[in-house]
Amino acid sequence: MIKTDILIIGAGPTGLFAVFEAGLLKLKCHLIDALPIPGGQCAEIYPKKPIYDIPGFPEVLAGDLVDNLMEQIKPFSPGFTLGDRAETLDKLEDGTFLVTTSRGVKHNAPVVVIAGGLGSFEPRKPPIPSIANFEDKGVSYIIRDPEVYRDKSVVIAGGGDSALDWSIFLSNIAKEVSLVHRRRDFRGALDSVEKVEELSKIGKINLITDAEVVDLKGDDHLDAVVIRHKGNAAEEEVKLTDHFIPLFGLSPKLGPIGDWGLEIEKNAIKVDNTYDYQTNIPGVYAIGDVNTYPGKLKLILCGFHEAAIMCQSAYQRINPDKKYVMKYTTVSGVSGFDGSKKEAKREVVKSIN
Amino acid sequence: MSDIKITIIDREGEAHHVEAPTDMNMNLMEVVRMHELAPEGTIGICGGMAMCASCQCYILSHEHLLPEKSYEEEDMLDQAFFVEDNSRLGCQIPIISELEGLEVKLAPEST
Repeated sequence: MIKTDILIIGAGPTGLFAVFEAGLLKLKCHLIDALPIPGGQCAEIYPKKPIYDIPGFPEVLAGDLVDNLMEQIKPFSPGFTLGDRAETLDKLEDGTFLVTTSRGVKHNAPVVVIAGGLGSFEPRKPPIPSIANFEDKGVSYIIRDPEVYRDKSVVIAGGGDSALDWSIFLSNIAKEVSLVHRRRDFRGALDSVEKVEELSKIGKINLITDAEVVDLKGDDHLDAVVIRHKGNAAEEEVKLTDHFIPLFGLSPKLGPIGDWGLEIEKNAIKVDNTYDYQTNIPGVYAIGDVNTYPGKLKLILCGFHEAAIMCQSAYQRINPDKKYVMKYTTVSGVSGFDGSKKEAKREVVKSIN
Repeated sequence: MSDIKITIIDREGEAHHVEAPTDMNMNLMEVVRMHELAPEGTIGICGGMAMCASCQCYILSHEHLLPEKSYEEEDMLDQAFFVEDNSRLGCQIPIISELEGLEVKLAPEST
């Protein structure tokens, strides 16, 4: 069981900055995120896009903003549970919360902060009617253990980086790798595209372009995929395969958080914006793009503000008998949990004779 | 004020005749959100950077008056589902007066 003061669900910019604000109040944080890396949308959707409305940064790449935030919170040694989705929220007898992830990791904290943005990023499933019947029976949307595919035949669909990279990787493991893509153009790193082209020429990847997987066949387990060429139903081929891996990127879904008994409005969590961004469950807060209130703006800078306000309330909840007096970092510096100390250089007082 | 009238058929098939301002630097995806014709969180997820396909729509008129697809839009549609020849990303279609009477249909939400 992971124990912490503030459990943050979502490691995007808002969740990361909350670690800093909490750290100033000597509160420890642990973050859970469905993505394998911190940064949320900034890391997953647009790491190379410049952002122009972060106060004090005339221009910053989303990926660099995440790197900076990670550097800024380093002294407060946050814990991370990554590549795992927060599944359930339970209130314990002592008033604290238990959050369990989809892999069964348990987290315990007196305060839970949902900074989940648009939700957790989940693989996009192609609209093949029978696909749900074959999930984990030959169809997977992510590759957890490449060894599963050793000496098997695999059909990968998609035209982006992950489809290219996995086709290259599995071509050395699987018996046969076919890559099905709707167009001839692939988007992705140039060297990956060239590598696939090269492997296709020597017969290590069976490249099937201008084509789409439209149906799946099999009884208990996937036996074959139906590939349609050039969008023409008359040009369908049944291709025997052990595995089908559609790789069409990720899209965010509010997911299990929607079933936690929180008040939801327009796919977002209602909070008290007149005070502390608390939800209808006392002790559970929602900050950043995931929350809603009159006048809400889904901006990173608003998430930062909400994080700072929320931490004051969380402090009172955790330390009901203490009165916290806000201190400026310019005055008190930053004392990390790792023993580091940052502070302004003292002025030297020296008389000149 | 310079509004144009456009028709947006939502994902349930209902047609909405709405006003769209031409003087607010808006795109079609934003018009759909402004009139709440698709639930929040199911459209404009990337904010309008042509980096998701949640604002995919089918253009039913005025197709010849729309800007050419950029490389990014082509690319994204290439990854999307339910793509037809008349598919475009709403976020890449600026609202201009020439589009008076435009008709579009929102593509199904991809899950």
